[in-house]
Amino acid sequence: MAQHSHEAAHVAGASHDAHHHQNWFQKYCWSTDHKMIGMQYMFTGMAMALLGAFMAYVFRMQLAFPGHAVPGFGLVSPGQYNMLITNHGSIMIFWVAMPVLIAGFGNFLIPLMIGADDMVFPRLNRLSYQLFLLSALVLIASLFVQNGGFGGAWTAYPPLSADKHYNLTPWGSSLWLIAVVLEFVAFLLGGINFIVTSMNSRAPGMKAFDVPIVVWTIVIASILFLASVGPLVAGAIMLLFDQLLGTSFFNPTRGGDPVLWQHLFWFFGHPEVYVVMLPAMGIVAEVMTVFARKKLFAYKTVIYTIIATGVLSFFVWAHHQFVAGIDPRMANVFTVTTLLISIPVAEMCFVYIATLYGGSIRLTTPMLWALAFIAEFLIGGVTGIYLGSSGLDVFFHDTYFVVAHFHYTFFPIAIIAVMSGVTFWFPKMFGRQLNEFWGKVHFWGTIIPFNGIFIPLFILGAAGEHRRIFDYSNFEHMSKPWMIDMRIAATVSLVVMLAFQIPFLINFVWSMFKGPKVGKNPWNANTLEWTADSPPPHGNWAVMPEVHRGPYEYSVPGRERDFWPQDEKV
Amino acid sequence: MNIPTGRLAVWWVLVSEIVIFGGLLVSYVMHRLGQPEWAEQAAHTHLWFGATNTFVLLTSSLSAVLAHRAAEEGNGPKAAKLLHLTCLGALTFLIIKSVEWTDEIRSGFTLQDGGFWSYYYTAAGLHAFHVIVGAVIMLWVAASARKNQDLHRVENIGIYWHFVDIVWIFLFPLLYIAK
Ligand code: HEM
Ligand SMILES: [Cu+2]
Repeated sequence: MAQHSHEAAHVAGASHDAHHHQNWFQKYCWSTDHKMIGMQYMFTGMAMALLGAFMAYVFRMQLAFPGHAVPGFGLVSPGQYNMLITNHGSIMIFWVAMPVLIAGFGNFLIPLMIGADDMVFPRLNRLSYQLFLLSALVLIASLFVQNGGFGGAWTAYPPLSADKHYNLTPWGSSLWLIAVVLEFVAFLLGGINFIVTSMNSRAPGMKAFDVPIVVWTIVIASILFLASVGPLVAGAIMLLFDQLLGTSFFNPTRGGDPVLWQHLFWFFGHPEVYVVMLPAMGIVAEVMTVFARKKLFAYKTVIYTIIATGVLSFFVWAHHQFVAGIDPRMANVFTVTTLLISIPVAEMCFVYIATLYGGSIRLTTPMLWALAFIAEFLIGGVTGIYLGSSGLDVFFHDTYFVVAHFHYTFFPIAIIAVMSGVTFWFPKMFGRQLNEFWGKVHFWGTIIPFNGIFIPLFILGAAGEHRRIFDYSNFEHMSKPWMIDMRIAATVSLVVMLAFQIPFLINFVWSMFKGPKVGKNPWNANTLEWTADSPPPHGNWAVMPEVHRGPYEYSVPGRERDFWPQDEKV
Repeated sequence: MNIPTGRLAVWWVLVSEIVIFGGLLVSYVMHRLGQPEWAEQAAHTHLWFGATNTFVLLTSSLSAVLAHRAAEEGNGPKAAKLLHLTCLGALTFLIIKSVEWTDEIRSGFTLQDGGFWSYYYTAAGLHAFHVIVGAVIMLWVAASARKNQDLHRVENIGIYWHFVDIVWIFLFPLLYIAK
C-alpha cells in the first residue's frame, strides 16, 4: 500500500517530512513516524497500567479488609469485585504487556536496530495505533455502562460469559468482547508491519544473524501472535453472536459446548504468554551484553531456542484445562509437552547467566532490572513446572498458587523487563539521562514489595485458598488467623509498591525535559540505534548505515575499545 | 529474500485469515462429529444454490488471473476492466446468497435454530464479509490501475481473491454436501 511512498522516502533519505511544518496534532496524534507511534503505544500502555494498578489496589484492600470501605473507591460489592479482577487481568495483559512490549518497543526499536528509515507501511502503522486507542476507550466505556463492566474473568468462560441471565452485565460483556477483538486487529496490523519490515528493510550488509536478539524476539512473537489468535478471533465472534443474536455455540442449554471456548481461548492464551515473554527476554539480552561488556553467549542457539519455544507453545494449551473434563490420556500428553517447554525457557536463563560469567559487570539501573528479571522469572518458571504436572495441578488449579505463578512470570515480563528497557533506551528516546539514584530507589522499592505480595499468595494457595472469591470470612477453613495476616501482608506490600512508583513517574517526567543531555551513544553500545542522533530525527539517519558485523562484539581481544559498533568499517 | 513488500504482506494477512477460518471450521467439524442429528438440519440447505455460487466464484477468479496478466503486460485499463468483471462475479455471488438466505429464513431456519444453523450462518456470513471487503478493495485497485498506477496491486488483490475462493471450496462441501 504505502510501498511507493516508502521507496520515495528511501531516495530522499532523512529529509522526508522534516521540512514541511507539522502542527502539534499532526506531530503527536497523526504521525506516521515509527518512533512517535511507539511512544504513543508506550504512554497509552503506561496510562492503562495505572488504571489496572488502581483496580488491584481496590480488590486487594477488599480481600485484606472485607466489608470496609476502600479509600478512594468506597464499599466494594461482589459484582464490582468481579468486574475489578476481570478488567485488571484483561488490562494488564492486553492493554499493558502487549502494547508496551510488542508495539511500543517493536515500533521504536525495529527500524532503528535494522537500519531502516521507518516501517514499510507507515500509514497502516498509524491505523494500528488508532484502532488500539479505540479498543482502550471501548474497554473503559464498558466499565460505566448500565449494570457495570464485565465480571466473568479475563478468560471469559461460557456459559457465564455467553448469557446475560448469568453474568448480569448485558452491555459490559459485549463491549468487553468488542474491545478485545479490536485490540487483536490492531496488533495483527502492527505485527504484519513488523514482520515484513524486518524481512525486507534491513540495512545493507545486515544478514539474518546480524540482527539483534530483541528484534528477533519481537518478530517471532508477532508471528506467534498472528498464528495463534485466529481461532480466538473466530471464537470471539461466536461468543458475541451467542450474547447478542442467540446462536448456540457455547451455551449448553441450547446444545452448545462450553469447553470448546476453553480450547479456543487457550490455543491462543498459552502462545500469548510467550508472545509477551520473548520480547522481554530480548530486552534483557541487549541490556546484559552492554553492561557485562561481553558477547552474548551462544547467539545462534538463542535464536533456535526462541523458535523452538514458539513452535512448542502451540502444543501445551490444555494444561489450563486439566480439571475441565478433558480426556485423562490427553492430560498425559499435555503434561509432557508442558514439561518439555520448560527446557528452552530454562536454557535461555542459563545462556544469560553464562553471558555474565567473566564479564565486567556495571550495576546501572537497567542492569539491575535485567538481573532481577532472571531471578524473579525463574520462580515463575519453576512453579509452572509444578502446575504442568497434571497430578499436582488437580490440587493447585484455581488457587492462589496459580495466581502467584503467573504473576511471577508476568510481572517480571511486563514491569521488570519493561523498566529495564525503558531506563536503557530512555536516552535514545528523549536525548536525556534518567537520574540513577532515583532509578535505584524505584528499583528496590518495587522488587522487595513485589516479593512481599506474591510469596504469601503461594503459601495461601498451597493451603487451599481458592481464587475469585469476594470475601473469605464466609469460609472458615480459608479464614484462619494466619491466613488473614498473610492477606494483609500482601495488600500492605502492594500499597508500598504502588507508592514507590511515584518517584519513577517524577524522575521520568522531570528527566524528559530537564535531565542531563546525552550524545549518540551514552552506554558505548554496538547496535545501530546508538549511531543515530538522540532522539533520532524523522527518517532516523542523514546517511543510512551499513552493517559489517554482529551486534554483540564487546571486549574483543586486541582492540583498543571494548565495543565495536555494527556499522564501523574496521 | 526478495518477495516484494506488498505481496509479502498479503501472504502474512492470509496466514492470519487461514487460522481464523481454520479455528471456525475445525470447531464446526469437531462439533458436528459429535452431533449426528445435525445431518438432518444440513439436509435443508439448498445444494444447487451452493453449487451455482461455487461456479460463479471460481469463474470470477479466472478474470482476476487475466487481470494479473494484463497488469504484467503493462495494460492497466484492460486489467481494470477484468477486475470489474471479477467484482460482477462477487455481486452475483452475494445476490444468490441473499436469495438463498431469505428463503431459508422464511422456511424458519434462523441463527437461533440450533448448532448447525449457528455455524451455517456464521461461517458463510464471515465468508460473505470477506467477499464484500475483497470487492471493495478491488474497485479501488481498479480505479488506479485504469490510470496505469500501482499495477503491482492487481496481483496482490488477486492473491487475496483466490484465498476467498479457497475458503468457499472448504465451506461448500462442509455445509452443503456432508449429510
Ligand atoms: C516454564 C514455563 C511455564 C509453565 C510450565 C507454565 C505452566 C502453567 C500451567 C500448567 C498453568 C495452569 C495452572 C492452572 O490453571 O491450574 C499455568 C497458568 C498460567 N500461566 Fe504459566 N507456565 C509457564 C510460563 C508462563 C509464562 C511465561 C507466563 C506469562 C507470561 C505464564 C502465565 C500463566 C497464566 C496467566 C496462567 C493462569 C491463567 C489463568 O488461569 O487465569 N506462564 N501455567
Ligand atoms: Cu499455559
